[in-house]
Amino acid sequence: MFNGKNYLRPSTLEEAWTLNQNKNNKIIGGMLWLKMGHKNISTMIDLSDLGLSTIEENDQEFRIGAMCTLRELEEHSGMEQFFSGMIRNSIESIVGVQFRNLATVGGSVYSRFGFSDILTVFMALDSYVELYKGGIIPLEKYADMPYDQDILMRVIIKKRTRKGVYLSIRQTATDFPVLACAVSQNQEGAWKIIYGARPGKALAFESGLPEKPGLSDIEEAIGKLKSWGHFAGNMRGSAEYRKALAEALLRKAIRYTMDMTRA
Amino acid sequence: MEVKIKVNHKNITDNIPADLLLIDFLRKHGFYSVKRGCDTANCGLCTVLIADEPVLSCAVLTARANGSHITTLEGMQKEAEVFGSFMADEGAEQCGFCSPGFIMSVLAMEKEFEKKGITNPSEDQINKYLSGNLCRCTGYMSHTRAIMKYLKRAGGLK
Amino acid sequence: MKIVNTSINKMDSKSLVTGKPVYTDDIAPTNALIVKLLRSPHAHALIKSINKTNAMKVPGIECILTWEDLEQNRFTTAGQSFPEPSPQDRQILDRRLRCVGDPVAIVAGSDEKSVLRAISLIKVEYDVLEPILDFRKAKDNEILIHPEENWEALCQVGADNKKNLCAHEVFEYGDIEGELKACEIVIDEIYHTKANSQTMMEPFCTYTHLDTYGRLSIVSSTQVPFHVRRIAAKALGLPKSQIRVVKPRIGGGFGAKQSVVSELFPAAVTMATGKPAKMIFTRKESFTNGSPRHEMEIHVKLGANMEGDIKAIYMYTLSNAGAYGDHGPTTVGLVGHKSMAIYNHANAYKFDYDVVYTNNPWGGAYRGYGATQGFFALESAINELAVKLNMDPIELRRKNLVQVGEKMTAYYGETLESCALTECIEKAKEMTDWDHKYPCRDMGNDKIRAIGMAVAMQGSGISNLDIASAELKLNDEGFYTLMLGSADMGTGCDTILAQMAAECLECQVDKIIVHGVDTDISPYDTGSYASSTTYITGNAVIKTCETFIEKMIQESAKILHCDNDDLEFDGTRIYQRNGEKQITIKELGNASYLGGHNCISASESFYSPVSPPPFMAGIVEIELDKTTGQVDIIDFAAVVDCGTPINPNLARIQTEGGIAQGIGMALFEDVLYDKEGRMMTDSFMQYKIPSRLDVGKIRVEFESSYEPTGPFGAKSIGEIVINTPAPALASAIYNASKVKLTELPMTSEKILLGMLENEKQDKHDFTGGW
Repeated sequence: MFNGKNYLRPSTLEEAWTLNQNKNNKIIGGMLWLKMGHKNISTMIDLSDLGLSTIEENDQEFRIGAMCTLRELEEHSGMEQFFSGMIRNSIESIVGVQFRNLATVGGSVYSRFGFSDILTVFMALDSYVELYKGGIIPLEKYADMPYDQDILMRVIIKKRTRKGVYLSIRQTATDFPVLACAVSQNQEGAWKIIYGARPGKALAFESGLPEKPGLSDIEEAIGKLKSWGHFAGNMRGSAEYRKALAEALLRKAIRYTMDMTRA
Repeated sequence: MEVKIKVNHKNITDNIPADLLLIDFLRKHGFYSVKRGCDTANCGLCTVLIADEPVLSCAVLTARANGSHITTLEGMQKEAEVFGSFMADEGAEQCGFCSPGFIMSVLAMEKEFEKKGITNPSEDQINKYLSGNLCRCTGYMSHTRAIMKYLKRAGGLK
Repeated sequence: MKIVNTSINKMDSKSLVTGKPVYTDDIAPTNALIVKLLRSPHAHALIKSINKTNAMKVPGIECILTWEDLEQNRFTTAGQSFPEPSPQDRQILDRRLRCVGDPVAIVAGSDEKSVLRAISLIKVEYDVLEPILDFRKAKDNEILIHPEENWEALCQVGADNKKNLCAHEVFEYGDIEGELKACEIVIDEIYHTKANSQTMMEPFCTYTHLDTYGRLSIVSSTQVPFHVRRIAAKALGLPKSQIRVVKPRIGGGFGAKQSVVSELFPAAVTMATGKPAKMIFTRKESFTNGSPRHEMEIHVKLGANMEGDIKAIYMYTLSNAGAYGDHGPTTVGLVGHKSMAIYNHANAYKFDYDVVYTNNPWGGAYRGYGATQGFFALESAINELAVKLNMDPIELRRKNLVQVGEKMTAYYGETLESCALTECIEKAKEMTDWDHKYPCRDMGNDKIRAIGMAVAMQGSGISNLDIASAELKLNDEGFYTLMLGSADMGTGCDTILAQMAAECLECQVDKIIVHGVDTDISPYDTGSYASSTTYITGNAVIKTCETFIEKMIQESAKILHCDNDDLEFDGTRIYQRNGEKQITIKELGNASYLGGHNCISASESFYSPVSPPPFMAGIVEIELDKTTGQVDIIDFAAVVDCGTPINPNLARIQTEGGIAQGIGMALFEDVLYDKEGRMMTDSFMQYKIPSRLDVGKIRVEFESSYEPTGPFGAKSIGEIVINTPAPALASAIYNASKVKLTELPMTSEKILLGMLENEKQDKHDFTGGW
């Protein structure tokens, strides 16, 4: 059972940031993880009043507020169209609608969980995070940063991706992924291949695939994947199994992505 | 801290610990339809509506719900009876412990389908919407039968 | 009348679907002390000392009990008739801790936070001992789980605590060695089934208080109220007369609540403080210290000739009782006795077993109760035999199935009186278009569809042991009260039993009120387990109704001044067969409430010398992705012979629910421990039960036989339904991938790695036959 002494809902980012500098305080996000812990929290900081609950769209990008729920993200028609269902696919297997109505984008991205579907799919797109003090930085860089006390305000996704797919293998339909694979190709034809739930957090695999890969290109990429060395075992699957899945998912993902081009 | 929360159209003012979870607040105030089936936000038994959206009350801070309107099954007795009769006709309530949370989700789903203009939902759409409601007794088939008949009833989905 | 064999709604349905407060935690007094446990972090340890000084200082803490404060009587928490076959091997609190989560101290206080705080402040010194965590190493190990002198086995089950043996037995018929040697083909495999958690949606929960007479009242979510009374009396050192047990609505049980799990801790607190107390297990506790299915390893040797005539079946079972022997000696019996009995024409059978103590959490009763493990093993072996013989598995079974009128060698010599298994198989075959789908079809796009089947049986109550009674009363206005001691745990047995009474009394069910279990007032019933309620309690209801009608006639004869023999009962009145006189049931009821007449009630009990088996055929179609090993269930067709289904809707739901549980067990439900013996799968986040997206389409039909000893021809339904998914899925997976899986769960990982292994061995052939 978690313990929290005080609850505050700051009305400015500065106020929230100041509160968050005390290590005994915690930003509560969607509460889903926090409530399972056994932490003693001095002040629970709720970012609900900071205008971070919207998804804005303009010609260049989508701006997703940290307090947006996964359900809002999943249901967003603009992103559905632009990213051909990739984001929805990455989210719709997460527990259930009631859960996704609470879980926040900020909570997911900040936590940088190994099993995170969201981090995986975002990394396959042109994504940035906006931090209150740290400014706008690429998501890939953020994923590698240590946890700090800055405030994650929003995730920004540039409209540069042309198409992509999100595939995951799960023991049951609503479980964490055993392995997740997000693949995309941007306007210049460059591929991004991200593996999540390796079981470590999402990581880019440099495949070296050309814009229009032939069979031998794919086999070459698979060969590289075999010696990639970033898969490990945990209670959901062995490293050997994940390697075999990684290969299978990559083949499928490339095939599906190229099918999109043809269509 | 003091909170003012509307539950089933009735205002409740209470002095609560800051870390009180909504499920415990609701049960404390006699809304016993809200059940706790797990500790990890995975079973769906504690589903209530906040501003018409289904959420897990085990993962909501009461403090955060301050000022909002909560609906529990106690506040939807008529709707529960109507849909519940379709469940009972299949024997689908079984032990009944997951029924309140499940029925809250079904009623929320119905509203959402209506809002989106989904008049003839597929079993797959229904199962996806309700996948967060676990049931160990029924094997789910009777749920689907009951929902299909319910949505197709006279005066059902428009 | 036509009340039996109709799908009326459950009598409690309206209150359940409208969320009425009918469960234990809903009705517990709000001032009840909150009870929680300090649980052992070690799999095996002795308590050296406990210091509770600081913990007692936490405001709101009422009492902290440790082993020194409580009775040292040994008992079993298995809800079984006395003398229990399960060894008397535990105390409420013990100095020796035998698994992670074993209780160290009971803490009670005014609220949860204070209690948790107090628990964190109790200082315990442990003498940590080496545990036994591999059940294959337990027998005759020098580490003893139960070295205590007052350990006791009340029944001859082959138990020996000095060998870590909870039970051991050998059953043999014919010359097994000789027959196997003579067989042209022998399937020889070892199967491994894991622990499974029942995960009924309502966790274990109990509240206790002292009643007006100073007696201990235990209100609990239990399947076995009368066993709880007896066990609590022994555990607490109280006379049975000082304990009352009440069962409210239960949020599911599946066997988990056939053990005393949460009852004794709040009871001890109430006895120590005189105050009401309540204990609601967390989901985690329900996982780690509930009463899951026993892990088993089953060695099968199945011998046949090349025509597919089964000549010999041998099964050796090693069962993991865990820390305590609850249900250990009895679950194992079903492994062989139920499964082998279906193939009744062999010349020789042998079934022997060892049930061993380990430092894993203790096992208990879970739907299927050993038969499920046995059928996974034997049905898998039968399917493998079909493959080896190049014979359709349906044809192989057809040749070997037990027939009506046969004495079942492996099933205690019982004669089979009713069986529609052949019809079940035929129907399932038709439903699934077996002939076109067997064994598999390549769908392109990496997908293969394949089909697999299994059959099963179970029993209906425990012969000569289970006993049930019912009581019927006539009230004024002519309505009836049906008193029952069986525990409706959501299955709808209150309704089903009322249907039987209504059929006998020729009235509608709304004329009958049913009273759930209260040991102070309900007639005795061993409880709802072993698939006994419809059959055993149902027969008790019929017997009671017969006596009751006689009594109504006797009383009417007095009122009408005529002979008993002249009178008949037609459901609404008692009337003279050849005359004018009559009295309505309403008039009789009203009269019986006035002096000069007698109140009318009857009570009868029933036990059965036999346990007639229900039967079932299950066929599953799967789609397997050969690049990932992922299995999707397309269709599960089940055809059941449960005799007359008393309420077809409820029988159908039992079947659909059992199949879904079986699917979970077969494909992904897996209890995992770390190397210290701590359970890693202790939540719904880590122990995944099927959601509605994981079970595919389940279709159920009935092929009903008529069981002459059953109530209206009925047999049981509750347990058999979980037995076919695992072996049927194993077969379908083999047919799709050529990967033979002998260990549950059959995860995609095992399938994929198996396929890769086959490929290495150049056995790559996904589409061909054999």
